[in-house]
Amino acid sequence: MITDAGAIVTGRHGIPESWTLATYLRNAGYEGLRQALTMEPGDITEEVKTSSILGRGGAGFEAGKKWSMLRDADPKYLVVNGDESEPCTFKDHMLLENDPHQIIEGTLICAYAVGAAQAFIYVRGEFALGIERLQAALNEAYAHGAVGRRIFGSDFSIDVVVHPGAGAYICGEETALLESLEGKRGYPRDKPPYFPAAIGLYGAPTVVNNVETVSNLPWIVLNGGAAFAALGEGRSTGTRLFSLSGHVKRPANFEIEMAKTTFHDLIYDARLGRGIRDDNELKAFVPGGVSAPWFSPDQVDMALDQEAVGKAGSMLGSGSVIVMDHTTCMVRAAWRITRFFHKESCGQCTPCREGGGWLDKIMNRIELGAGRRSDLDLLLDVCDNIAPGLSWPPQKTTICVLGPSIPSSITSAIRMFRDEFLTHIDEGRCPFGPPVGASVAVAGP
Amino acid sequence: MPRLNPENVRRARELMALYPEPRSALIPTLHIAQEQEGWLRPEVIEHVAEIIDLTPAEVYGTASFYDMLFTHPVGRYLVSVCTNLACLLNGGYELLHHAEERLGVPAGGTTADGEFTLEEVECLALCGEAPCLTVNWRFFGNLDDTAFDRLVDDLRTGRLADRVPNHGTLCRVRRKVAAAGAGNGQPAPTGREGAAPPGMTLPPADMGAEGEADPASPRVTASAAGQTRTIRVAGEASSEPNEPPAPEGATDDADDEKRNP
Repeated sequence: MITDAGAIVTGRHGIPESWTLATYLRNAGYEGLRQALTMEPGDITEEVKTSSILGRGGAGFEAGKKWSMLRDADPKYLVVNGDESEPCTFKDHMLLENDPHQIIEGTLICAYAVGAAQAFIYVRGEFALGIERLQAALNEAYAHGAVGRRIFGSDFSIDVVVHPGAGAYICGEETALLESLEGKRGYPRDKPPYFPAAIGLYGAPTVVNNVETVSNLPWIVLNGGAAFAALGEGRSTGTRLFSLSGHVKRPANFEIEMAKTTFHDLIYDARLGRGIRDDNELKAFVPGGVSAPWFSPDQVDMALDQEAVGKAGSMLGSGSVIVMDHTTCMVRAAWRITRFFHKESCGQCTPCREGGGWLDKIMNRIELGAGRRSDLDLLLDVCDNIAPGLSWPPQKTTICVLGPSIPSSITSAIRMFRDEFLTHIDEGRCPFGPPVGASVAVAGP
Repeated sequence: MPRLNPENVRRARELMALYPEPRSALIPTLHIAQEQEGWLRPEVIEHVAEIIDLTPAEVYGTASFYDMLFTHPVGRYLVSVCTNLACLLNGGYELLHHAEERLGVPAGGTTADGEFTLEEVECLALCGEAPCLTVNWRFFGNLDDTAFDRLVDDLRTGRLADRVPNHGTLCRVRRKVAAAGAGNGQPAPTGREGAAPPGMTLPPADMGAEGEADPASPRVTASAAGQTRTIRVAGEASSEPNEPPAPEGATDDADDEKRNP
């Protein structure tokens, strides 16, 4: 079912020059902030708690709860995470380019609510246009009196800084992001403390929220947390952006009401994905970014509901749905995801750094036609050493969840398409055509 | 011996003043260094270390972690082809192989004339327009071999000069207001050495020129990651926005005025 919940975060997209202050002000821009400044900070936090909005970055933690956990100390900081790097997720990229003022407004509302001394918006370095538009919007917002000293005549003052990253997937992990923001290598921090709310940027209590999460705040302030919570089902409230990619006729971002729409709707509905290219058959799909275990076609009627997807052994994660049709080589797809994790491992923890490399090489040799039957057990054994028990959610042997995410695609592919692995191995070639990508030296037994 | 030029030293100090800890300015400063030199020469790394009061090893240690920071020379145009899953499924590797043939270098290589460096990269977050690539981090999507060839021609002849600056230039919009205020009337967190005075207005630099889309170049799909389709069931889904990026950052003159606290 597709509901007419309307747009909360993408309402201005498509309006000419949607990224400028003039357009923003003509379309209710900064009204949420003005409203917020008439409220007590604690009341804003309560509204956000009532909305039950789950963080849109991937972990899905309740934003209001995150704010409430902030250690009472001075100074506190707010960091907005725009380091979108989960493969096949491209929603924050779109929000940055199309509605940067909304991000700034949401940032200010959050900063006011939690009493932050300064706010930083960390943007993935590769988003050059997004960084330029956000910086230009921030310049406009300062000139408009929406940022800086005594915002809109109130006694609230704060500076916001746009901070560019420099290319590292791991910096999307919030503690790695903080290290990066401090000018260091993007190494995730040891836990505990589990949350930057206790010890964050420069050791100070810090809220880290995703770009999409803060983009919802102006609407929540203006319409109330209850109105937001009235959308969706259960813990999945509001609308959410889903990035649909792969073998669909219309790959794009769609803002839809949580938990009401199914994967089938998203992929096939004429108003959404419009079906699979050439009307091919669905072979498998990834429900929430490449860290998520895959789903088979018989799971396509499940709703886009965080709890339902979690119970089925995967996650909505970053909100990216990747569709693979029957022409897809699943060994190749799983290998490419594995190679991504291998490359992006920060190298701190042995299971991830070494295990990722082994899995990459084994998957690659199977795809190249040089695999052995024993490789299937070897793959699962290495996966088990990274994420013991291969359960969901995975057990960790590492500082962050990058390592335990590596097995998702491999175990999914073996579970669902074991025969395809065996065909590669027995025929000594990829049945879907010449392998792609750089070949690696194939080690002997 | 190349060092940051005086203007870029000033920009580095302004950046340091934005943060409670000056080291936070390191990565943005390295982007500026790369803008000046195209890559991070050892002498420039030493100079950045000197400015931020770090050791060269600390600066190199940070720089070497990040894919966008190069400690070896790269071409004027860095062509980064995505081959991650969404692009893999839509011909990303075929595009990369075509690029290797067209430019005559394998992924990771630089053409003999120093114009192009080709690299294979991870997901660029433009999956609605797969296969895609960036040139100096400016996005081009829905590419086939023909579109790639035109892109290379357009770059060589300078037709995309406005849209694609030389390698290293990340953000052509300068921050105009130094960090001066702080939350709830608390004293401003300021950087140490060389902090710009509060309320200082940075020069607009070349604000007028930045990011102007090249109207003469509609042949390559300009990608603004703008593929939103919001569902409003009352009508048909919104149109297919795939407009080229309009001039961004060009703010009106009003914000050239000084904002004194």
